Amino acid sequence: MKKNLLISIWFTLATTVLLGIIYPLVVTGIAQVIFPKQANGSLIPQNGKLVGSHLIGQPFTAPGYFWSRPSAAGSGYDPTASSGSNLGPTNKALQDRVAASVQQLQPTNPNTPIPADLVTTSGSGLDPDISPASAEFQIPRVAKERGISEQEARAAVARHTKGRQFGFLGEARVNVLDLNLDLDAAHPMH
Amino acid sequence: MTANGWLQIALFFVVLLAVTKPLGVFMARVFAGEKTFLDPVLRPIERLLYRTTGIDEKYEMDWKEYAVSMLLFSAVSMLVLYLIERVQGLKWMPWNPQHFANVEAHLAFNTAASFTTNTNWQNYGGENTMSYFTQMAGLAYHNFVSAGVGLALAIAIIRGIARKESKTIGNFWVDVTRAMLWVLAPACLVIALIFVSQGTTQNLRPYDTAKLVNPQTISTTDSNGKTTTQTVTDQVIAQGPVASQEAIKILGTNGGGFVNANSAHPFENPNPLTNFMQIVMILSLGSGLTYTLGRMTGSQRHGWAVWAAMALLCLAGVTIIYAMEAHGNPLLHGIDQHASAMQPGGNMEGKEVRFGIANTALFATATTDASCGAVNGMHDSFTPLGGMIPMVNIMIGEVIFGGVGAGLYGIVVFIVLAVFIAGLMVGRTPEYLGKKIEAYDVKMAMLTVLIFCLIVLGLTAVSIVSPFGTGSISNPGPHGLSQILYAYTSMAGNNGSAFAGLNGNTPWYNVSGAFDMLFGRFFMVIPVLALAGNLARKKIVPESSGTFPVTTPLFTFLLISVILIVSALTFFPALSLGPILEHLLMHAGKVF
Repeated sequence: MKKNLLISIWFTLATTVLLGIIYPLVVTGIAQVIFPKQANGSLIPQNGKLVGSHLIGQPFTAPGYFWSRPSAAGSGYDPTASSGSNLGPTNKALQDRVAASVQQLQPTNPNTPIPADLVTTSGSGLDPDISPASAEFQIPRVAKERGISEQEARAAVARHTKGRQFGFLGEARVNVLDLNLDLDAAHPMH
Repeated sequence: MTANGWLQIALFFVVLLAVTKPLGVFMARVFAGEKTFLDPVLRPIERLLYRTTGIDEKYEMDWKEYAVSMLLFSAVSMLVLYLIERVQGLKWMPWNPQHFANVEAHLAFNTAASFTTNTNWQNYGGENTMSYFTQMAGLAYHNFVSAGVGLALAIAIIRGIARKESKTIGNFWVDVTRAMLWVLAPACLVIALIFVSQGTTQNLRPYDTAKLVNPQTISTTDSNGKTTTQTVTDQVIAQGPVASQEAIKILGTNGGGFVNANSAHPFENPNPLTNFMQIVMILSLGSGLTYTLGRMTGSQRHGWAVWAAMALLCLAGVTIIYAMEAHGNPLLHGIDQHASAMQPGGNMEGKEVRFGIANTALFATATTDASCGAVNGMHDSFTPLGGMIPMVNIMIGEVIFGGVGAGLYGIVVFIVLAVFIAGLMVGRTPEYLGKKIEAYDVKMAMLTVLIFCLIVLGLTAVSIVSPFGTGSISNPGPHGLSQILYAYTSMAGNNGSAFAGLNGNTPWYNVSGAFDMLFGRFFMVIPVLALAGNLARKKIVPESSGTFPVTTPLFTFLLISVILIVSALTFFPALSLGPILEHLLMHAGKVF
């Protein structure tokens, strides 16, 4: 008993140094050399300032932008408070929130049904993507606001649409922040 | 449901099957002390570790000393984790760029119990609570340790089955060292770097502040009804050494996220490839252990018969979740929930677009088949039956491949019961791989089953009739019961996933949950080790025509039946008041 207690103490200390400190520092060292961009958050610098990360979604409400999904992370897309809504399927609050989103979105494209992902919150609250259907749904509004043709808007969407990885893994998706940055560069709003 | 979704699910089973034998053989060699390709690097580290800590690698322990060593190590390392959390905010503590304060006592206790028991239930958000030092040296370290301990225990019970007339079942310190150094650490080093290449972060820098492309005006109404409007122009991007923790979190079936949103967060799980890797990794070691079981006991076909039972239960689980989630939520009107090439469709609340329905259903199945508890979508927002399956997976003891080690020793308990019941049916003394199964063995097996249901249903019952229990419910109606039932099931099962709307960070849930986790781990493990010790002592009886074979499809079927009947009898009444009732009411159009 006493012998095993002593071993417990030394073993805890020794393995903490090995697996709790040396291991993550070795990974950090190698990662910073080989993959510095990814290891530091896939950040997007623009004209000397940081505008976001390719992997982290941002909120958009101006009609000239493609909108992201609703978010339950903090006050919306707050990476220091990642979270889903955790609303249950029979919670009235969920039904009401979706109904409010529908009411806001439907008039901008009255004849197309709204894709489910555009009115639901993601698990992280930071989802950088919307489905291609959700992008397509927003094209008439964005094109009108920016004074460009739907064709031009559709081309921009296509540039930022990723298919399934290797053709079959996951789902097709459109990165909203990348798409909007591209629009601002190619077709600035007046 | 889509053809492409099923293709991914099929691929998952193929890959899992493919890794089973190599991993199983490798683990059998590692724990038998045979040569492996990693020896030139790891043997010197191992010897140094034994020399500095006073371990004699030739020494063998009986089951009691094995259990005591395991308990002492768990107690000491849990205490160290508690202390790290309690002092992380002091000025001299390293790697705390966001200046997070010391963790409160009851939360620190809950978290220490949680990570020591391989549960990784989290009543905090990592990105706003824990310093990088706590994450690395406290939490990620325990991911290695608790998985290593689980693996050691599995090997101990396999030795109990394999050895004859032996008083000893191995050396705990050697087993746990070899589990961490040979099985876990090298794989994690490689996998962490693959994760980084895909976008998972790995740094020690302070959080970055980005300027929002489209600044937001946000109105909030306080409790007095006063509305304040503020403009948000910045987005603070949380950073940290995520990848190194992510690898062991998944491979060790720990499941405790670096950040609150866990594997739904793009920094933890950036794309479909990392997601697929994570799902396979969660079940890989548990799957491999069935091969190790076959190899070490000299009956490879028995190993595969067990594997088949697990695979069938896994397939049943993912089929139900996928069907339910793909069907969507009938209470949401005016939206298109049909899957197509353009959109995942279905019940997308709490799910990420890049994973869609099939990959979220598969992840939820894997994470609860094992005692992992990582999530890539929020189970609380699943449809009632889609959310019930994860709960059921935990209730049947996480024996579908199962947590690292824990799944194997859990399934051995059910095998003992299955063999016992088969013996009763034909009126012969039950045998398992040449060992007579006697009253003591069945008592120990039943003890683990009874302890589990007692703590889960007991604590749920107390919480559901007490204001301190119901006060934490966030979803009214039957879903509220589901939230509490899920919480105690998950903690006792050392899973760690949650119906996360439940506010667990209260003194009641922190403290009762900590005991739920500690009992769920250690009160299960002690009878299992007693069973191992008792089996090891026995003589081998030669197989006769009356022996019930444990290598046939009939055995696989019997094993599945025993697992389902035991858990159904125990938990069906509670489930019928929670998710099943909610399902019926949802289709009747009722909201709460």
